[in-house]
Amino acid sequence: MEREVGTDRVKRGLAQMLKGGVIMDVTNAEQARIAEEAGAVAVMALERVPADIRAQGGVARMADPEKILEIMEAVSIPVMAKCRIGHFVEAQILEALGVDFIDESEVLTPADEEHHIDKRKFKVPFVCGCRNLGEALRRIGEGAAMIRTKGEAGTGNVVEAVRHARAVLGEIRRLTTMAPEELMAYAKEIGAPYELVVETARLGRLPVVNFAAGGIATPADAALMMQLGMDGVFVGSGIFKSGDPVKRARAIVQAVTHYDNPEILAEVSRNLGEPMVGINISTLPEEERLAVRGW
Amino acid sequence: MKIGVLAVQGAFIEHEQMLRRIGVEPVEVRLPEHLEGIEGLIIPGGESTTIGRVSGKWGLLEPIRDLARSGRPVWGTCAGMILMAKEVVDGVPGQPLLGLMDVTVRRNAFGRQVDSFETDLEVPALGDLPFRAVFIRAPLIERVGEEVEVLARLEDGTVVAVRQGNLLATSFHPELTEDVRFHRYFLGLSGR
Repeated sequence: MEREVGTDRVKRGLAQMLKGGVIMDVTNAEQARIAEEAGAVAVMALERVPADIRAQGGVARMADPEKILEIMEAVSIPVMAKCRIGHFVEAQILEALGVDFIDESEVLTPADEEHHIDKRKFKVPFVCGCRNLGEALRRIGEGAAMIRTKGEAGTGNVVEAVRHARAVLGEIRRLTTMAPEELMAYAKEIGAPYELVVETARLGRLPVVNFAAGGIATPADAALMMQLGMDGVFVGSGIFKSGDPVKRARAIVQAVTHYDNPEILAEVSRNLGEPMVGINISTLPEEERLAVRGW
Repeated sequence: MKIGVLAVQGAFIEHEQMLRRIGVEPVEVRLPEHLEGIEGLIIPGGESTTIGRVSGKWGLLEPIRDLARSGRPVWGTCAGMILMAKEVVDGVPGQPLLGLMDVTVRRNAFGRQVDSFETDLEVPALGDLPFRAVFIRAPLIERVGEEVEVLARLEDGTVVAVRQGNLLATSFHPELTEDVRFHRYFLGLSGR
């Protein structure tokens, strides 16, 4: 009766337990406790939320381990942390700290412009962003146990998350109508591992949990992503950059459970105070777009 | 037979798939009115603090207690087991619970995610074949009351599955495997 750790089932299983939930960005112990109290299923431990990373510029790196440990001490729900794309040493450090999930994230400045991390080497599960099905399946091929849309983090604008969700889910729908012999050509076309294309076609969904992220700021945004077919949501700057974080955090949690009940959505959306200030993506210079990082 | 699956948060779809596989049509429960006409309820894994708070907000806890008191089977897996317990160690202060089973449960008892594991478990109530048990940031049972029957232990003696009349609780996730024996066992608890 040997105990096996770090298996695909154990890694993907934690993501399955997060479904129907909200993962919130936090930058200190107090915010982490507010998130837990509001009903977050996990928190993302950061030094700066994406809106501040965007505003301050410069190279964005893994957070100070001290900061991450402070947040791990403060709450009993799972704690995630971000490392740079391709920076497997930051990932090793995060695993050594005992974080529950690593986000190999385009929100930080990429450390490798060609390769993502070989995530199979780790016991800790990884989540990665994507803009389309090919990107999602390449990340799963590298060992990601969970996928999220990239969206456009730190903008409070849901349009990119919707674009990426529709791309992935639309491509999966197409896949399910293809003849078996068409799958190899399609795998080549989207640059995805053939076995994962076949598995996705058979399942009619990604083989791992698929969350929405990047620009979600309101309960309605969260419910929109759920109705489109996502499994849950990440809310980054949207909570602690708003006028009343406690109320907004609670409201978004309720909205993800009752995503298809407009009466409840109307009730929880009332009187939330100022949302975070948004940015129009079309006015964002190409070099300031985070979603184009990663490949 | 209509079996409800609490669909507030967590791995409820996986339980629904298991129920369909053994010919039972699941009903997703998000509000008290969804409990009407249901002959049993599964509380899935997920985050116990989230499931407790969202269920509490919409008045689900008391109707679930009524369902359990009426003798219909209720089963909590992982986070669901925490909700079923009378007493929780290392919970979040004020965390809403159902408090149905006379057990003390320790939350996140095995450590963090890197300590999550799967293993073969002897479960005599299910027959000779071991059960593949998946433990994810799992809770364990520290104390069992007199009326509680232990269904499974880890090799070190840790209690990880219990039954109290029509109530069932497991630290692990049968819904993440292909093995439907626990789901069948659960259905058999009705009317006992």
